[in-house]
Amino acid sequence: MSLAGFFQHLVNALSLGGIYALIAIGYTMVYGILRLINFAHGDVFTYGIYFAFYAVVLFLMPWWVAFVFSIFATAFLGAFIERIAYRPLRNAPRISALITAIGVSFFLENFAIVAFGGRAKSFNPQTGIYPTSFLNMINIGGVRIPVLTFITIGIVIAALVLLIWIVYRTKIGMAMRAISKDIPTTKLMGVNADRVVSFTFMLGSGLAAIGGILWAMKYPQVYPYTGMIPGLKAFIAAVVGGIGSIQGAMVGGFILGISEIMIVAFVPSLAGYRDAFAYAILLFVLLVKPTGILGVEVSEKV
Amino acid sequence: MEKSLSNSLKFILTLALIVVIGFLLFLANKRASEYVILILNLMAINMIFAVSLTLINGITGIFSLGHAGFIAIGAYVSTLLTLPVAQKEMTFLIKPLIYPFNQIQMPFLPATLIAGLVAAGFGYVVAAPSLRLIGDYLAIATLGLGETIRIIANNAWSITNGALGLKAIPPYTNIYWSWGWAFVTVLVIASLVKSSYGRALKAIREDPIAAKAMGINVFSHQVVSFVLGSFFAGVGGALWAHLITTIDPKSFAFSKTFEILIMAVLGGLGSISGAIIGASIYTVGLEFLRVLESPFKIWFINFPGIPGMRMVVLSIMLIVLMLFWQRGIMGRDELTWDLIYKLFTKSARRRGVVDE
Repeated sequence: MSLAGFFQHLVNALSLGGIYALIAIGYTMVYGILRLINFAHGDVFTYGIYFAFYAVVLFLMPWWVAFVFSIFATAFLGAFIERIAYRPLRNAPRISALITAIGVSFFLENFAIVAFGGRAKSFNPQTGIYPTSFLNMINIGGVRIPVLTFITIGIVIAALVLLIWIVYRTKIGMAMRAISKDIPTTKLMGVNADRVVSFTFMLGSGLAAIGGILWAMKYPQVYPYTGMIPGLKAFIAAVVGGIGSIQGAMVGGFILGISEIMIVAFVPSLAGYRDAFAYAILLFVLLVKPTGILGVEVSEKV
Repeated sequence: MEKSLSNSLKFILTLALIVVIGFLLFLANKRASEYVILILNLMAINMIFAVSLTLINGITGIFSLGHAGFIAIGAYVSTLLTLPVAQKEMTFLIKPLIYPFNQIQMPFLPATLIAGLVAAGFGYVVAAPSLRLIGDYLAIATLGLGETIRIIANNAWSITNGALGLKAIPPYTNIYWSWGWAFVTVLVIASLVKSSYGRALKAIREDPIAAKAMGINVFSHQVVSFVLGSFFAGVGGALWAHLITTIDPKSFAFSKTFEILIMAVLGGLGSISGAIIGASIYTVGLEFLRVLESPFKIWFINFPGIPGMRMVVLSIMLIVLMLFWQRGIMGRDELTWDLIYKLFTKSARRRGVVDE
């Protein structure tokens, strides 16, 4: 493979890995605080795309307003799910919470089928969802790469920086880190734990919405099960990186995105197995180091 | 108070119940419509699924989410063995079937057994690495395995015919096969649970470390439970394939595991009789919920049927179940004659019929 070709795949892999990282952070933050695998996170991601889609198509918002609207709407959806389904089970056996999360995931998927229809909706610039100029090609050293790929990478980096800032430099971030260590003690310190958990869900869901919109621009359609595969892969990314650790989720997301693109690029005959490949990585990591790459060293869990 | 029934009476009662159920099934097979027979078959197959999942999840405490994968293995293996050779040639258009399967055609029973054994063998291979994980990690690893099996089925064109699936499977499954296998499943798993082996499994569920301290070989017990559960999942898959007569990888998506999980949770995770009750209620309830998807009329207003509404109601049901009624119908208790007797005398005492 030529160097230019390799560069093209690398950029592509980085944008995909970035999206995985954005979703993985939602999983890892919730797990860090509640020790709950939020199965519904992949579907929250789908709803992020739907919100953006309907904001443009139905409410005729300009695309950038629609995207911001979608991020906030999805954030509230995440907090709402936590309030309704997970909060009553906070002291229940963890299996119950896990089964409930699976139930919520199925509810969201099937509700989307009923409410939005099972058929895929096209998410492409011809319908005015985002400017066609995003699809223009930039020529770098003989490789043509769409602007969108760079926009994706830029937005992912901005979102990750913002997240790190919130978690490590603000009061609510400090509360999140405290709660992930020890909920009762944190409550004794006067922190409103329920509010912090809600905020965590909002943050994770908002990032999922960003990831969702970027995903929908990359693979331009949305249907009720859109979030399933990326959601599962992002979860795998969170586990690979060490669940509970934000940096781990980022590392895991990029590892998964890069390895997925590269395996398809170098061994095209395995393209059909690209989804199974993520599970192979998962099993390998779980067996070699069950806590994930950054699982132990990073004592800070959010 | 602790008056319980004698063992011989319990045995006679059980035998009588089996005879009555057998007779009812015989009648149903003769008289009932095809639709009712289909539902009865599905009910028995769902019982097999739910009971085998209960053994793994509820009794041993391995939170496995890969059941659909083993069902898929059972379904594919049995179908490849029973499909007539001519039909195979017609089905495998894109890539021909690989050698041993394209020559074989065998009767249903050996095919089912082999399907179960292959699923069990796969369960054994898979159990060894994944049981080293605990809790959530195990759940995710098994979920991944189930999905991987489906992805392989989707891509291995020369074995599974890929996304097109297998069609025109001979409809061998009838009431006797499905209920017979359901009976065997319940018998085997219930006797296992009742033995000292089963107590060890329950001890592992409650606290693996304490169980280890008591001298129980946790790992080998878990493997046995997992392999046995996989065997019956494979058998159930074989029966299912020969009932619905077409299979494709999509039929074995995660939602299949989800359905079985609802049955087990509804009945009470950890109770075999609960799993049977849960599977029955689920199968019949799903048919009643069809009302939601067909147009219906309340007074003067016509409601159009909404496709997909059933699954929405089901998932809400599962969430509500988990929020307000976690123990399910049976909790971890078994429906025994003693329990029925106790309930009966208790209600009789309340009415003042029985003096003590």
